[in-house]
Amino acid sequence: MSPTLAAAAATGDLVSGATALVRSLVAEGVQTLFGYPGGAIMPVYDALYDVRDSLRHILVRHEQGAVHAAQGYARVSGRVGVCIATSGPGATNLVTGIADAQIDSTPLVCITGQVSSRVLGTDAFQETDVVNVTAPITKWNCQITRACDISEAVAKAFYIARTGRPGPVLIDFTKDAQIELTRFVHQPCVKVRSYVPRAIPSRAALAEAAALIDGASRPYLIAGQGVTLSGGEAALIAFAEKTGVPVATTLLGLSSFPTRHPLSVGMVGMHGKYGANVKTNTCDVLIAVGMRFDDRVTGDLNRYARQARVIHVELDASEIGKNVKPAVALHGDARETLEHLAHLVSPRSHDAWLAEFRACDAIEDEKVVRDELSPASGGLRMGEVVHRIAEATAGEAIVVSDVGQHQMAAARYSNFARKVSSVTSGGLGTMGFGLPAALGAKVAAPDRTVIAFIGDGGFQMTLQELGTIRQTGAAVKIVILNNSFLGMVRQWQELFFERRYSHTEMNNPDFVQIAAAYGIAGLKVAGREALSGAISAMLAHPGAFLLDVTVERESNVFPMVPSAASVSDVLLEA
Amino acid sequence: MLENRTLSVFTENRVGLLARVTSVFTRRNVNIESLTVSESEVSGIHRFTIVAHVTRELADKMAAQLEKQVEVIKAFVHDEAQVIHRDLALYKIELPRGGGGAILGRVLGDHGARELLREADFCVIEKTGSPDDIAALLIALEPFGVLEFVRSGSVALTRPMKKLSAFLNELEEAHVASW
Repeated sequence: MSPTLAAAAATGDLVSGATALVRSLVAEGVQTLFGYPGGAIMPVYDALYDVRDSLRHILVRHEQGAVHAAQGYARVSGRVGVCIATSGPGATNLVTGIADAQIDSTPLVCITGQVSSRVLGTDAFQETDVVNVTAPITKWNCQITRACDISEAVAKAFYIARTGRPGPVLIDFTKDAQIELTRFVHQPCVKVRSYVPRAIPSRAALAEAAALIDGASRPYLIAGQGVTLSGGEAALIAFAEKTGVPVATTLLGLSSFPTRHPLSVGMVGMHGKYGANVKTNTCDVLIAVGMRFDDRVTGDLNRYARQARVIHVELDASEIGKNVKPAVALHGDARETLEHLAHLVSPRSHDAWLAEFRACDAIEDEKVVRDELSPASGGLRMGEVVHRIAEATAGEAIVVSDVGQHQMAAARYSNFARKVSSVTSGGLGTMGFGLPAALGAKVAAPDRTVIAFIGDGGFQMTLQELGTIRQTGAAVKIVILNNSFLGMVRQWQELFFERRYSHTEMNNPDFVQIAAAYGIAGLKVAGREALSGAISAMLAHPGAFLLDVTVERESNVFPMVPSAASVSDVLLEA
Repeated sequence: MLENRTLSVFTENRVGLLARVTSVFTRRNVNIESLTVSESEVSGIHRFTIVAHVTRELADKMAAQLEKQVEVIKAFVHDEAQVIHRDLALYKIELPRGGGGAILGRVLGDHGARELLREADFCVIEKTGSPDDIAALLIALEPFGVLEFVRSGSVALTRPMKKLSAFLNELEEAHVASW
């Protein structure tokens, strides 16, 4: 023992690495973490037992549930989500959620146990080289083999996860580092030399952008998740109202601008609004804020907004010019940049231009929306279920969705009146995300209604988290839009593979009975007449609730920009 | 246009960073032609010299993605005309018999190579030069019987680069930038 350690031991200041880790988490302000124990992380779980009354640990049923719950928690709380797993399979079960958080910019700190440093690299029991496995899907990661390094690494991890463009960070703790004694001293990280999370656009670029906006006759703004991540919702509204610019959002930008704001023109992208897509190719200035021109947004890049001068407001320098070359790059935080830009632009209105979007909306209403929300016949439509729930919750709910047709229905027909109200897996498109993410969202915002729209396919990927929902008592409202198909794949098979429905039909169990087995109330609805009553019953129920809604089996999501087509060629029907 | 381009990447010295640096290339299915890692002129800062056959546009995008890595300080892209490359090669050949020794001496002289080591039945030759020079000597030595051949990746210095310390100063200023 070193003289310093001996002195610390004499005064009782020595703690195990595991305790140092737990104290570091508390020092970083962690209140809740999601995890699953196992051999190589047991010292940390023992230390968690000491603080069980002050640090809430939620025991999930699968590590994938832990990471998605941490994502839902992070997205709604704006804090860093924390999940914890053991080595080997525990760690590899986190991988999908880490990749999801990386592509969707979600701040996470993932803690994994690792075999003892003495046996690293020997294929020891439950040993996986998780640092190498997760290197391409983490913002930063590291392995800790000495207790004295723990506190500094944890502080650095939280700093990196939440600053700049947020993302997932993983720290792998060998078991001996958890057991070894150390002196606990925690200092927040405030700087990493090689990493500059802040950026400020040049005055010249801001002036150039303002001149472009002032001179525009058909300006158009697309808001991405950068607006939400920067807390820039109010700044966006103020900027839009001053400039009169129509505002669309990306899938992850949903709820950054109120759905029913007079300047809102809906969502862009593969299943976005007709007007929001086609007007991309007629606007003269395109202001992209905190978004990354994902291929699901742009379609064919060679035919995307080629006529427009693009102003790209973006914090991640590697996104600027990656897909679309901007005329003006504003490398900075979305909120700060919008606030400063708002001072430089002149008040304008663009009523005639906005009316062009409304004319498109009228076409879309007639071709798509009317039949989706009020079908003359046939089974329930996903859109009408989402719409009824949006009306019943007055747009105040947090809407969580999984991935597929129901996700697009939830995105298209929800009414987002409040900010930070949409949680979905965008970039990675992770089926199975919805249920655990909804749990995390509800834990983060216990006073808000959390509606989880999930398809029958995705639900069965992580339905074991019903056990976590039961044990925590999180009152998540689960709405299964059940068509007994992997609906989005089936839609593509119908449209692009000559209706060859290869392995997309599902023979499903009774989901209400499954919920009942977990002690979760539920109802099955198959007809239009019972829908409103069932929604009311679900919302009135004090606890978690599962509503299994049988919807039209072979319905398609429109509008649709087919893969690699131009946004101008958005289809309104098959 | 597809061309060999050299990326000089300055990083912190940390375990695991090599995998992060190479994955920026491999995830785009870009083959790394050569890679060397060494210390730089600034203590504690490592320098990766990476040669890849890519367009300038892609090289610039990859440089941005390299700089996105937390522990990468700066990545520069250089076209061939801007860099001075050198590779190092070692050749182990059978000792020439009879009059072969004189011929070998001439070959080494012509190629600017030197004999590094001589044992009873083989010798080791060292050559520093461009990849083409090194390949040319390999062909010239074939008649003697090449027992082993090894070459390094390229190291490169560039003509028009600012001093690294200047960038470190700029980095410090970026940390405290405000509106």
